[in-house]
Amino acid sequence: MVDEDAPKRGFGMRGGASSSRTEGEDEQEEPEQVLGDDDEVDVGSEMESVHTDEVLERLDKELVGLVPVKSRIREIGDLLLVDRLRRRFGIESTPPSLHMSFTGSPGTGKTTVALRMAELLHRLGYLKKGHLVTVTRDDLVGQYIGHTAPKTKEVMKRAMGGVLFIDEAYYLYRQDNERDYGQETIEILLQIMENNRQDLVVILAGYKDRMDLFFQSNPGMGSRIAHHIHFPDYDLDELMAIGKLMMDEQRYELSPDAETAFREYLERRMHQARFANARSVRNALERARLRQAARIVGDASKKLRKADLMRIEAEDILQSRVFDTDTDEGAKTSQGDGRARADEQPDREGEAPQATDDTESEQQPA
Amino acid sequence: MRVTQATFSFLPEFTEDEIKLQLQYAIDNEWALSVEFTDDPHPRNSYWEMWDLPMFEIKDAAAAFYEVQKCREAYPNHYVKVTAYDPRPCRQTTAFDFIVNRPAEEPGFQLERTEVHDRKQNYTIRAYATNQPHGQRYGQGNGK
Repeated sequence: MVDEDAPKRGFGMRGGASSSRTEGEDEQEEPEQVLGDDDEVDVGSEMESVHTDEVLERLDKELVGLVPVKSRIREIGDLLLVDRLRRRFGIESTPPSLHMSFTGSPGTGKTTVALRMAELLHRLGYLKKGHLVTVTRDDLVGQYIGHTAPKTKEVMKRAMGGVLFIDEAYYLYRQDNERDYGQETIEILLQIMENNRQDLVVILAGYKDRMDLFFQSNPGMGSRIAHHIHFPDYDLDELMAIGKLMMDEQRYELSPDAETAFREYLERRMHQARFANARSVRNALERARLRQAARIVGDASKKLRKADLMRIEAEDILQSRVFDTDTDEGAKTSQGDGRARADEQPDREGEAPQATDDTESEQQPA
Repeated sequence: MRVTQATFSFLPEFTEDEIKLQLQYAIDNEWALSVEFTDDPHPRNSYWEMWDLPMFEIKDAAAAFYEVQKCREAYPNHYVKVTAYDPRPCRQTTAFDFIVNRPAEEPGFQLERTEVHDRKQNYTIRAYATNQPHGQRYGQGNGK
């Protein structure tokens, strides 16, 4: 995404130098001459010229639900578009502060939205590169005195020109230990958020209640973030739509029976512990794929068609341990002797709740 | 006397935007940028002190320029230069470097002649600044 069009330059200086010069001109091509008071601009054509609607459309298509989030992003897009138009008339204003906090349960699409956000801001000319750097506490906070500052700055520099996405940001602040190095990271972060506003957009993400506590204990941080966006949990229909989207992407399909079974599965799973929205849907479908493969291989004598390899039957889903017990007991087992049961079934959600495992995979369009 | 060195030494001082464009050019070429400073302006002084570590994974010139600014703030009366290192196996050397900060007053160099055998003369240049010990050259604002 960053510079796929930048050709690998050879050893020679001359070719490289000249090609870079034309590149530089391309970037500054936007009209520099200030328009007069009576000149007219067209919002539509400006929008087309930066292709923001493309990004927004993709966001709409790839992400199910999330209406408040999408409208907020649209608003930010509009603001920057108007800012662009204003600049063409020579109306000066300081660039808006776009640091954000994304709160919501796991698997509600925070990372995916951050990725699209970076792209959007890049197209609108707010960010120069538009890449996303995803980090957690471990990437920012050092292990001994004097280690934290260089480590944090290193990450900031890597993220400049793009978006710095701090997952589970509340771990930066440890209430019980006032000599925790996380405090140093927060101070550097605040300083760079304030002074290098045009170079870097910081997005803090995490669970709602813990983020609220984090902002309460760090008022400076809360006040420097203009946009607090909450990602609501998905309802059953939305989860079904997400599942269908994922299946389409993987070139699988659910048989009608399987669809009802899957709906039933989601309904039960939603009320169990450690339900992670879209991530749980994906994990469930991954396991269904596994069982489908086992079923097909188990019946080796059967002749197969293309459709047989694509279709997931109800039995592939009904074998899940969610159906083993009543809903009440299911909830109990996943809390109580969840460890023992997790051995029987490769259930990734059975792991520790604060595990940050799926952050990369979440970037793939859900 | 305005000391000039390295790439672009024949050009007037870069503006901040021009510096950023040069930095971005280096980043686009996957050259690693680093910031160095010194208070010894002798042209043969090739080992300047490093300001922080070389920056390998940055994508935007703003990051490198941030370090340039930090170094300028800490050493306003030193020479500061940016070096772009090309790490590709066939090259592995400095791709370009240029001065981004210089002391307000540069007293220049003294030419010393030494008589040697057979009426020959040897020439030496010595910066007036280096008459002072390291850290006390170019007046105020030497960092630390």
